Amino acid sequence: MALVDKLGAGLAANGGGVILTSVDALADWSRGQSLWAFPMGTACCAMELIAASFNKFDFDRMGTFPRSDPRHTDVIILAGTITEKMKPAVQRLYDQMPDPKWVVAMGNCTVSGGIFYYDTYSVVRGADEFLPVDVYIAGCPPRPESLQDGILQLRALVKAESIAPGKRREGRYAIPGAPEASEPE
Amino acid sequence: MNTEDLRIRLAELSPVLSPFFSTEFGDAVIGVGRDSLHETARELREIGFDRLGMVTAVDRDEFFVMVYRLQSRALSAALFVKAKVPRDDPRVDSLFDIWPAADWQEREVFDLLGITFDGHPDLRRIMLPDEFDGHPLRKDYDNPNVIRRPDYI
Repeated sequence: MALVDKLGAGLAANGGGVILTSVDALADWSRGQSLWAFPMGTACCAMELIAASFNKFDFDRMGTFPRSDPRHTDVIILAGTITEKMKPAVQRLYDQMPDPKWVVAMGNCTVSGGIFYYDTYSVVRGADEFLPVDVYIAGCPPRPESLQDGILQLRALVKAESIAPGKRREGRYAIPGAPEASEPE
Repeated sequence: MNTEDLRIRLAELSPVLSPFFSTEFGDAVIGVGRDSLHETARELREIGFDRLGMVTAVDRDEFFVMVYRLQSRALSAALFVKAKVPRDDPRVDSLFDIWPAADWQEREVFDLLGITFDGHPDLRRIMLPDEFDGHPLRKDYDNPNVIRRPDYI
């Protein structure tokens, strides 16, 4: 019996079938389902980030859990005020992450500087001054649910990307309302 | 030990320092000149003030005031030592050789107020980046990158 026949017999015996997909969709699916996070907790938002990981909110059920080594991670969660002194360290840790990588700005300080926007000489006014932020989560601090919603939105973003550089993928994972990728009927 | 007890005790232990003793807002204060700060500190260490709790400084526009908080386990007492530092020559002797705890505290004062400590082993910025320009806790500090808060907020 040929191998193909064996496979077919095995699938038939177990009530199986065949899944057809593109490499693009498979890659995006696997990337989006387990976004390991690097918890860049620089201030008080880190408390909510920690709470989101523990059993009450259980980040792990979304496939996201914190790794303390940037080389293991897909997404850096910037939680807390970034000072000018901390900026090189954040940049360095971001640079150590392997591609593909995404950035989540959690809390008002990383979105815009927050309460430190005015009258301050030492705070970076928003993480997007030096990092390409994908998802912004407002709040001071945001609740763990907000962070988890942010990761789900990032997952939609990841699944709308193509593995080909600079290309977006049409399809069911595209973000609702995004101009160039609409939900097919 | 309250401040009155401390005043009496200090007169016994160190007659040299007792004329400089005063109380401000219920706290014992020894006010000395900048040049005698180091020997004052050494004297206080010898009579039992073995802990340097805090070092800070105040900008009074015309001059700076160095403020040291000293504590003594043997005497169960605490006091402040204050020394006036002129603004045009902001330097003072480091107390690192008497209390090693002064190391980072003096670096913080140097960083934020720009007071130089003679004899400090490693005087460089501690909180702000090394390339930072100016000393932001000075009253006359100005930075064009700072966005001023509008009146309506």
